[in-house]
Amino acid sequence: MTVGPGRARGSLERERRQAYWLVAPAVLVLAAVALYPILAAVWLSLHRFILVFGERRFVGLGNYAYLLGDARFWSALGNTAYFTVVAVGVELLLAVPLALLLQRAFPGRGLLRAAVLVPWAIPTVVSARLWAWMFNPDYGLINRLLLGSDINWLGAPGYALHAAILVDVWKTTPFVALLVLAGLQGIPEDLYKAARVDGASPWRTFRSITLPLLKPALLLAVLFRSLDAFRVFDAIYVLTEGGPANTTETLSIYAYKTLMRSGDFGYGSTLSVATFLCVVVLAAVWLRLLGRQEEAR
Amino acid sequence: MRQRAGLGTALAVVAFLTFFLGPFFWQVLTSLWPDGELTRSWPSHLTLESYVSVLWGRPFLRVVLNSLVVAALTTVFCLVIGSAAAFALAKLEFRGKGLLLSAALAVSMFPPIATVSPLYLILRAVGLRDSLVGLALPYATFAMPLTLWVLTSFFRQLPDELYRAARVDGCTPFQAFRRVLLPLAAPGLATTAILVFIFAWNEFLFALTFLTTPEKRTVPVAISLFASEYREPWGEIAAASVVATLPLVVLTVLFQRRIVSGLTAGAVKE
Repeated sequence: MTVGPGRARGSLERERRQAYWLVAPAVLVLAAVALYPILAAVWLSLHRFILVFGERRFVGLGNYAYLLGDARFWSALGNTAYFTVVAVGVELLLAVPLALLLQRAFPGRGLLRAAVLVPWAIPTVVSARLWAWMFNPDYGLINRLLLGSDINWLGAPGYALHAAILVDVWKTTPFVALLVLAGLQGIPEDLYKAARVDGASPWRTFRSITLPLLKPALLLAVLFRSLDAFRVFDAIYVLTEGGPANTTETLSIYAYKTLMRSGDFGYGSTLSVATFLCVVVLAAVWLRLLGRQEEAR
Repeated sequence: MRQRAGLGTALAVVAFLTFFLGPFFWQVLTSLWPDGELTRSWPSHLTLESYVSVLWGRPFLRVVLNSLVVAALTTVFCLVIGSAAAFALAKLEFRGKGLLLSAALAVSMFPPIATVSPLYLILRAVGLRDSLVGLALPYATFAMPLTLWVLTSFFRQLPDELYRAARVDGCTPFQAFRRVLLPLAAPGLATTAILVFIFAWNEFLFALTFLTTPEKRTVPVAISLFASEYREPWGEIAAASVVATLPLVVLTVLFQRRIVSGLTAGAVKE
């Protein structure tokens, strides 16, 4: 190749220009439909803004002051946190054995692998509906199986939030298991051979080799899942709409009701921004933990 | 000892299969259960009544069509915009690469509710609020991070020499992308298309918020509103759910390898 330095530089320049053109649409879409709305929501949250009355005036941090004293907000935050912690915890406890199972060779593994994807592919609304029917106090499958039980799963405070957690666990455990499985496949086979030679028990092998090496994958799964669980909306909206007595009302549900049912775009935006800030804090904490994990390696 | 391990595996497999598939089969059974007999412990016979009344007694086919339109629009939009950007991210040198990938990751973590109020006002202002096209726009945005991550990792796997050879042969970077690399990335495009389609087919919050005309409802919205309109028609809900789910289940089972690789590519690589 006899390309002069000048021409090479021109070509690089051209490459860079074309690169900007190629990414421009994606950048534009992300900026216009995701970043701008977040900023706009912050701006709206500083207003008293009732859509139907066309009332809109600047109130500064007034909505935030109200938020801090709003018992319903704190209860929604508590419900959301409880939902996230319990759901993600149970999902991990189920996903690790499921992933270990999927890693082994046995007849029917392909079937199991395909089967676990079924709940993941079903729309959340459909799965919530399906479970609502199973939770039906009179004719639902669950009370049929628990002979003589007449527990009103979705109507009784204390039960309803756990019913919603079960729906989430059913739907998302497969995804967690797949992430864990990908982590498992990255563990060198030699380590297991060495452990076998040393006569380590399966439990010991799991604790000393699998679990520590799986930690980054587990942390990543927890990061994705907890951010996702924290914004839970679909399942709870369909199962209970936040009832009974607001015991299943999460931040997204409360914000949605304030925005769309009361038409209060000011305070509704405040609740949305509060949800966003919680997610940011959660993400920052997890990313920090993940970063430390990377450094340790 | 060996025997016991085999038995343990078998029990675990059965337990997981029951948990994950049981509810789905119960739904299918409910959809075939005669309407008046749901109070009984077992149906006297199976019938397609519920399917007939869902498909012909309600505007449900219309709803399915709406969902198909929105999901297809979203998928095309994501693939066109996302593949160009992913190619540039994987093969070209420019400033702000890391920033763009991190921004995409950040957007994937946004709670959608945080964007609902401004998006509602924006779409209303431009007259796209109660429209399927207006819905596809936020869908494509929220599916864009996934698209970028999966496609970028696919383009990275293609050898750099291919790109350089195309350039030496006189292609511009864009021509190299269009004529050489894009056709080779077809499996990646297919994987992304499936994931984006499923995402758009399943989305609920935006569809519930932005669409007000009943004829424009998508499948999740229609199914969520089934009960509130009449008495609880469990058989019909089950039938509608099966109709709305079966294509996805078939798609998932057929393409499970692709889906798994796509889901974990975005998450585990990098």
